[in-house]
Amino acid sequence: MNECHDTPLKTNTPPTFVNADAPLIALAGQPNMGKSTVFNLLTGLNQHVGNWPGKTVERREGHFGLAGRSVRLVDLPGTYSLTANSPEEVIAREFILREQPSVVVAVVSAANLERSLYLVAELAALDTPLVVALNMMDMAAQEGVHVEAQVLEAALGLPVVPMTASRAIGVRELLRVVEDILNGKQALSPHPPEVRADHREVLEKIEELITAYVPEPYPQNWAALKLLEGDAEVSRMMQAALPTKVWESVHDVLRAHDDAFLAVASGRYEWIGRMVRAAVTRPKIGQVGLTERLDRWAAHPFWGLLILTGILGMVFGLTFTLGTPLQEWFDGRIVAPLAGLASQGLASSPTWLRGLAADGVIGGVGSVLTFLPILVIFFATFALLEDVGYMARAAYVMDNLMHLMGLHGKSFLPLFLGFGCNVPAIMGTRVIDSWPARLLTILIAPLVPCTARMAVVAFIAPAFFGADAIWVSWGLVMLSLLALVSSGALLNRVIFKGERSAFIMEIPLYHIPNARTIGLLVWQRSLLFVKKAGTTILAMSLLVWLMSYLPDGDLNTSFLARFGQFLEPVGRWMGLDWRLTVALLTSFPAKENAIATLGVLFGSSPEAGLSNTLAASFSAASALSFLVVTMLFIPCVATVSATRQETNSWRWMLVSVFLLLAISVTAGAAAYHLAVFLGR
Amino acid sequence: MLEKKHRISMAEMTAGENATILLFQGGRTVSNRLASLGFTPGVRVNMTQNYGRGPLIVTVRGTRVALGRGEAAKIIVERGANE
Repeated sequence: MNECHDTPLKTNTPPTFVNADAPLIALAGQPNMGKSTVFNLLTGLNQHVGNWPGKTVERREGHFGLAGRSVRLVDLPGTYSLTANSPEEVIAREFILREQPSVVVAVVSAANLERSLYLVAELAALDTPLVVALNMMDMAAQEGVHVEAQVLEAALGLPVVPMTASRAIGVRELLRVVEDILNGKQALSPHPPEVRADHREVLEKIEELITAYVPEPYPQNWAALKLLEGDAEVSRMMQAALPTKVWESVHDVLRAHDDAFLAVASGRYEWIGRMVRAAVTRPKIGQVGLTERLDRWAAHPFWGLLILTGILGMVFGLTFTLGTPLQEWFDGRIVAPLAGLASQGLASSPTWLRGLAADGVIGGVGSVLTFLPILVIFFATFALLEDVGYMARAAYVMDNLMHLMGLHGKSFLPLFLGFGCNVPAIMGTRVIDSWPARLLTILIAPLVPCTARMAVVAFIAPAFFGADAIWVSWGLVMLSLLALVSSGALLNRVIFKGERSAFIMEIPLYHIPNARTIGLLVWQRSLLFVKKAGTTILAMSLLVWLMSYLPDGDLNTSFLARFGQFLEPVGRWMGLDWRLTVALLTSFPAKENAIATLGVLFGSSPEAGLSNTLAASFSAASALSFLVVTMLFIPCVATVSATRQETNSWRWMLVSVFLLLAISVTAGAAAYHLAVFLGR
Repeated sequence: MLEKKHRISMAEMTAGENATILLFQGGRTVSNRLASLGFTPGVRVNMTQNYGRGPLIVTVRGTRVALGRGEAAKIIVERGANE
């Protein structure tokens, strides 16, 4: 612990403030318990979001001051149990067992006490000091449930702090309890659950067999229990640690009791039943809660879809009516003057340097950053829907449709996010619990038309199709979604052999959104986007700029142009000449670059009649084909790098690139020939 | 109330109906996940929403859980078991 150099760099605090000797506190809890709200409440902006080493599971760590000293707080992934059903569960228990935090704070929901105490039942069996944060007291009251914290505290033998984290109620009390434990002032005497009588004997037998073979730091009785539960990770570990003979006898015992995991789970729930019996007063039967009344509509197979469509429409409406003017303002008032300023400031320096600064850096990265207002609005509405609890309903009503691709409802959420930007969509696939389903979602996510592609369409379509532009745009979106569904269905048959993962998802209670939670979510997602713009996108912009500049500073004779001419035969299938092909190539760093490139190639800026020039130079069929290809083309560099990162594989990244290349070229050629055939 | 006791799959329960879980026929990983969410043999469940096709919502231990029809079909319950 002294050499804890993996502590991520904090951006907004001097590094001296955090030291490796600071007490370590872990925050554990099931999903939908308000764990993030508690974390945000304690750490504020003093937090760092990263990944758990070697895993694509989000790791959040922060720090805060407690009685004059700094305390490290690690937010463990939300898990229902500590059995190795998912990477999150393995991470959470490995962290507690290996890092041995000074205190584990288990966040449970008063509105959902029985289920949420299941994780506490598992945590109480470990040696780490445990505090129960009894969150969502307000929601429990709203549902008519009354929980007596002191009674629960006495039953559990653990401190229980009633809280309403969304309104910052109970934080001080929680901190006082944590402080007392750190100072050794609070004694804990937990009464952890025991295994049910009918399985006690077999558990003892296993423990006896594995005794002295259990590797550090795993407690012996814990390892025995996990074996009995059929935990895959622990079984693998013990098989490696035990002599073959012993493993065989353990294995025989386990095979004779292969449904023991049900007895263990039932035993924990019986224990929970005893804990909550005295502490909880339930509402009278027949009372219909707010959630149930809302879900009669929001989760209805028909009305639910209609409501979802309405909400989607509103999100897009809001994003574009509010975001587009902002983006244009940003582009016209900040990026363009900045580029001009850079050119002026560098007037005495060589042309290449001026071009590099104005077109390469500011033009490339700046044009990407102009999308930030649109994305912020999109992220905010998305985070709001997520925090209210609506997203689970969206996933639920979309489940049937997602089945067409062998996916289930949960895959809908990241795809929805993709309408804003494909990068958070690919990161958002983390909510999907099975790897094949997640991979498939990553592969099809780039087919969701993002705001940048819609910007290209919004520029080109009116130039060629006039009043029909809106229908052409609508058709292009539909085409993208059709491509998404059909390639998803095909990939599912070919690569995943029609396998389908189980759809099991909690439907949380609706609750009043918390501004802080939403604000931080928007902040983190936006920051991620800006970081990408500053690194990957910058590098690619420079590369493309260089290719368009060398060897003699003229785009028309540059390497990029030559490459475009070389590819022209392919472009011809789709009715594209070399200039349109080059425009497509330059859309790789950022989709909307396509317009800027055409501007340079035709020597007229988008403001000064580029659309007229284009309309005069190409047929409507070529324009349509260009738009179709743009919609379905290789995703932007940020998306490709996110794919590489989230699949942790170059191979799947290349599969993604070639898949989209094949789809776009085929669709572009088909659209062109169809349009020519129809006489446009 | 007249009580008809017989075994059905959870997918066959009608909305508003109560039943007691008897056993799981699905794979171990799925059963394990269900168990940690509160689906254990002997527990009473309430069918909150079931339109006969697509996923359904069932309430177990005070929590609403959405299940795919395929998953629900592999959970065997005893209908009308009284409280």
